[in-house]
Amino acid sequence: MKRFINIALPKGRLGEKVYGMFEAAGFECRDIKENSRKLIFENSELGIRYFWVKPSDVAIYVERGAADIGVAGKDILLEYSPDVYEFLDLNVGRCHMAVAAKRGFVDDKSKTLRVATKFTNIAKKYYSSLGRDIDIIHLNGSIELAPILNLSDVIVDIVETGATLRENNLEVVEKFEPISARLIANKSSFKFLSDKIEEIRTGISKQIAKD
Amino acid sequence: MDKFKSVLTRDEVAVFTLRALYSEYGYERYKMSKFEEYDLYARNKDFLVSENVITFTDTDGRLLALKPDVTLSIIKNSKDKPEGVIKTQYNENVYRISGGTKSFKEFMQVGLECIGNVGDAEISEVLLLAAKSLDSISERNILEISHLDIPESVLTYCGVSAAGKKNIFSYLAMKNKDGIKSVCEREGLAADKSELAVSLVDIYGSPEAVIPELDKFRVNEKASEAVDRLSSLTATLTNAGYGKKICIDFSLVVDMKYYNGIAIKGFVEGIPSGILSGGQYDNLMNKMGRKSRAIGFAVYLDELEKLSF
Repeated sequence: MKRFINIALPKGRLGEKVYGMFEAAGFECRDIKENSRKLIFENSELGIRYFWVKPSDVAIYVERGAADIGVAGKDILLEYSPDVYEFLDLNVGRCHMAVAAKRGFVDDKSKTLRVATKFTNIAKKYYSSLGRDIDIIHLNGSIELAPILNLSDVIVDIVETGATLRENNLEVVEKFEPISARLIANKSSFKFLSDKIEEIRTGISKQIAKD
Repeated sequence: MDKFKSVLTRDEVAVFTLRALYSEYGYERYKMSKFEEYDLYARNKDFLVSENVITFTDTDGRLLALKPDVTLSIIKNSKDKPEGVIKTQYNENVYRISGGTKSFKEFMQVGLECIGNVGDAEISEVLLLAAKSLDSISERNILEISHLDIPESVLTYCGVSAAGKKNIFSYLAMKNKDGIKSVCEREGLAADKSELAVSLVDIYGSPEAVIPELDKFRVNEKASEAVDRLSSLTATLTNAGYGKKICIDFSLVVDMKYYNGIAIKGFVEGIPSGILSGGQYDNLMNKMGRKSRAIGFAVYLDELEKLSF
C-alpha cells in the first residue's frame, strides 16, 4: 500500500494562497477547489492528501504526526515551540509581532506593565529580555479593546497594516518580530519519507516570491 | 513465555525483550528502590527531560523527590571507575509532566549506561544495542547519529560568537536554513563560511551517502577526529547489517553542558516523536566530579501504544 503524505493547510485566505504554491509546484488536487463540505482531499496518483485545519492548530497536527507536513505562521511556532522541522519561509502572510498602545502612551517604569495578548509566551519572553516587570492578561480575541477600556496598558499582537489600530486610536509602540508562513514537518515522518518531503520542499522553494 | 503472549501489551513485551538483549551483552540490572534528594535533580535541572519534579519531605525532614530520571542516580550510586567499565541496565518508572495534560504522569523507561574507561569498542557496542533495541520494537526504524564536535568545530572555525552559536544550534535543530543564514549575516560571515554553516543542515542521510561529504567539515584537528570516529562507528554498524537504518544528521542537537561526542536518537515509523535517546555524557560525569567517561541511552516505552499495527 502506498503511503500518502498528509499535508495540513491553514483554513482561510492564507491557506488558499499557500495551496496555490503547492499546485504550481506540481502537487495539485483538483477536488480541493470545489466548494464542498469535505474535509479531506486526495490525489492518489501523487500520493498526497490535504486537509484544512484552524491555522493555530496546524503545528499540533504536524507535531503529533497526524500531518507529515503543514504550513503554520511563525507566530504560532514562537508561541508554542512545537518540536518540528521548520523548512522554509514561504514569504506569504507577512506581518509583525508588535507592541501597541493608546496614542501618546508613555510607559511608567515604576509600575507593573499590564499586557493583554493572545500570545502569552511571546509577550513574556519579549518583556523578560527587556527586564520589564509585567502582568499578562490572556485574551482570545478583540485584543484592541483592552487598552481602550483600561483593561491593559499595552497589547502584544500581530500587526499587518495597522489599520485596525488607527481606527481605534491606537498606535504601534514597537515591532519586534517579523512573522510569515513557514513550511513545517514532523521529525519522525521526515525520517521515513525524506525523499518525498524533500521533493515537495524543493518544489515549493521555487514558488517563493522574492522581495 | 508463549502462554503470556496474548495477555502482554506491546510495551510489556518490549521491556522483557530489551532486558534479555542487554543481559546477553553483560549489562547488569540496576534497581532503584530508594528516593534521591531533590538537590541531585535541582543541580542538574537542564539534564532532565522536563524540569518539574515531584518532591516530598522524608521522616527526618530531608526534601526527597520521585525520580524524574534514572541516569543521575546511576552515576551518583556507582563508583568512579577510570579503569575498566561498569555496564548497567534499568527498567524503572519515572515521573514527569506529560505534554498534553500538563500534569504529572508515570512513564516506563528502559535503558542502559556504560560507565568507566569508555572507548571505541564500548561506544560501538552501545550503538549496536540501540539499533537492535529499535529493531526489536519495529522493523521500520531509523537511528539518527551525530557527532557533536562537528557542528561545534565548524561554527568555531567560521568565527561565530557564543550567542550566535546558541541561535544557530536552535535553528539547526529545526533544520531552518533561512534562520541560520540570517544569523550568519548578522555575524558578518563571509559567503563561503555561511554556506559551510548552512550545509550542516543539508548534509544528512545514510553513512554511504554522507561520509564522503564530510571531508569539508575537517576544519581542525578536533573536527577531523570526529569525522573519522563517525565514519568508523557507522562502518561497524553497517557491517552488522544496520547501514540502511542509520541516518547521520547534525540537526540532532543536545545540551553540550552534559553531552559530548556521539549523540543518538531513535525513531519508529508511526510514532510521531523519538522513542530512543542518548549519547556520550562525559561532561555530566565531569560536572558530578567523576573522572570516568560514560555513554548510554533510554527507550521511552509509553510511546509504543501509539503504534497501530
